[in-house]
Amino acid sequence: MTEPMVRANGVHKNFGALTVLKGIELTVARGEVMCLVGPSGSGKTTFLRCINHLERVTAGRLYVDGVLVGYEERGNKLHELHPRVAAKQRRDIGMVFQHFNLFPHMTALENITEAPIRVKRQPKEKAVANAKRLLDQVGLGEKAKAYPAQLSGGQQQRIAIARALAMDPKLMLFDEPTSALDPELVGEVLDVMKELARGGMTMVVVTHEMGFAREVADQLVFMDDGAVVEMGKPREILVNPQHERTKAFLSKVL
Amino acid sequence: MAERGSTSDGTELIKAVPLRRPGRWVAATVILVLIALFIYGAATNPNYQWDTYRKYIFDSRISTAAWNTLQLTFWAMVLGGVLGVLLAVMRLSDNPVLKSAAWAYLWIFRGTPVYVQLVFWGLFTSLYPHLAFGIPFLHQFAHFDIQTLDAAFLFAAVGLGLNEAAYMAEIVRAGISSVGEGQSEAATALGMPWGLTMRRVVLPQAMRVIIPPSGNEVISMLKTTSLVSAVPYTLDLYETQRSISGVVFRPIPLLLVASTWYLAVTSVLMVGQYFLEKHYAKGASRTMTARQLRALASAMGRENLGGKG
Repeated sequence: MTEPMVRANGVHKNFGALTVLKGIELTVARGEVMCLVGPSGSGKTTFLRCINHLERVTAGRLYVDGVLVGYEERGNKLHELHPRVAAKQRRDIGMVFQHFNLFPHMTALENITEAPIRVKRQPKEKAVANAKRLLDQVGLGEKAKAYPAQLSGGQQQRIAIARALAMDPKLMLFDEPTSALDPELVGEVLDVMKELARGGMTMVVVTHEMGFAREVADQLVFMDDGAVVEMGKPREILVNPQHERTKAFLSKVL
Repeated sequence: MAERGSTSDGTELIKAVPLRRPGRWVAATVILVLIALFIYGAATNPNYQWDTYRKYIFDSRISTAAWNTLQLTFWAMVLGGVLGVLLAVMRLSDNPVLKSAAWAYLWIFRGTPVYVQLVFWGLFTSLYPHLAFGIPFLHQFAHFDIQTLDAAFLFAAVGLGLNEAAYMAEIVRAGISSVGEGQSEAATALGMPWGLTMRRVVLPQAMRVIIPPSGNEVISMLKTTSLVSAVPYTLDLYETQRSISGVVFRPIPLLLVASTWYLAVTSVLMVGQYFLEKHYAKGASRTMTARQLRALASAMGRENLGGKG
């Protein structure tokens, strides 16, 4: 059996006295798209951030591509990771944020080439050529020289996706990528993501877009209060939810 | 290009009669008259001693002193800037010792007058007559007797620089805090280590907030150098004009000479600040530059022509 891309075994996360994740158990297979849905405050975003070591797991184990996240296991003891090692592991995981977080002092092209040149030490010509290809892929080939402030929200988010893809990630994390967008701009971002999913990218998507989840997701996970309430094929869950809390949530969003 | 007087599709542009504003004209006239009166008075008042002013304005002692002042400003600001960044990073760190050390530094250097600090630096050699490098209590590599050292310039620059660092630290800290958390998070998610994130993502954006007050600091420093007589360092602009006016007994024209030089240097620094601000404003505004607008207009013009032809 091949190792799944993401494996969570009893993942807990506390912020002080507050427990945000209460034992998450799930796996994301290679090439699979998983959508995390649930009410706000249910821990979806926190779990996503744990996968990318932006938050440290407090209990349980979380593996990405078979490698323990955030810690190193030596003997039967866990050691904190050196920031440099953590940075190295993050290179292979792309992340797209709700508020885009593009670098405003760089052009669209520079946003995309920054990490490949500085982190991966790619030659500039190669990084630029790759960035131009990615800009075309997200439909913004003519915006290479624009600064983020001159772009619409949807365009910024597509640039952000291209920036994450430039590192050639094996896993893409999306944290409510369309929640900050005007309704008429949501489609263009979802189209890019669908294209990406069709291309076989492994994706974990926190979203409120049930239409997208139904169409693209291989697995739908409903989370509430820091735990997985229900998971399975999106059609089954959306049409025939088993759990009361899932029913209550879906009746509000569908 | 659209024809003058009409838009590209031939609609006539509005030509409205401008509103009359008599109040503006009255105020402007009053101010111009007052300025003219002052200039006339200054030019004809013999007490200004303009002949002495002309005699000393390009005196080599004065221009050398202006150069010394500029050098003092430069080195004090370099020291203040570097130490300021270090202190700002210390204050923002999670290490409680670093944090409180930076806080204590600020407390002392911001809480005492710079004049008093400069006097202390003048007395440095009385506090520590010898400097030795080595392992404490064990071994000494080198030994300097600094009492004999003529280091008034050094002490003046260090005194001003260490004082400045306290102010620069706060400016840098404000700048770093002004950059949203999402920025360093995005950089971290791309696998950028802390130093690279700081250098490429956070600091360039912080500069937009840091530069205007730093420009103030440079200009303020240029003028604060007139206090270095406390060390005592006497070759700066202010002390030099004082020593000349002490000989020729004409303080007014020589103060005017010094003021002219201070003003000239300040003006040059302001130009430099303008260009720095422009550089770091990259991408800050969604309004396009005149060049971008022209490019866009000509691109659209081409499309229109293509459509018609």
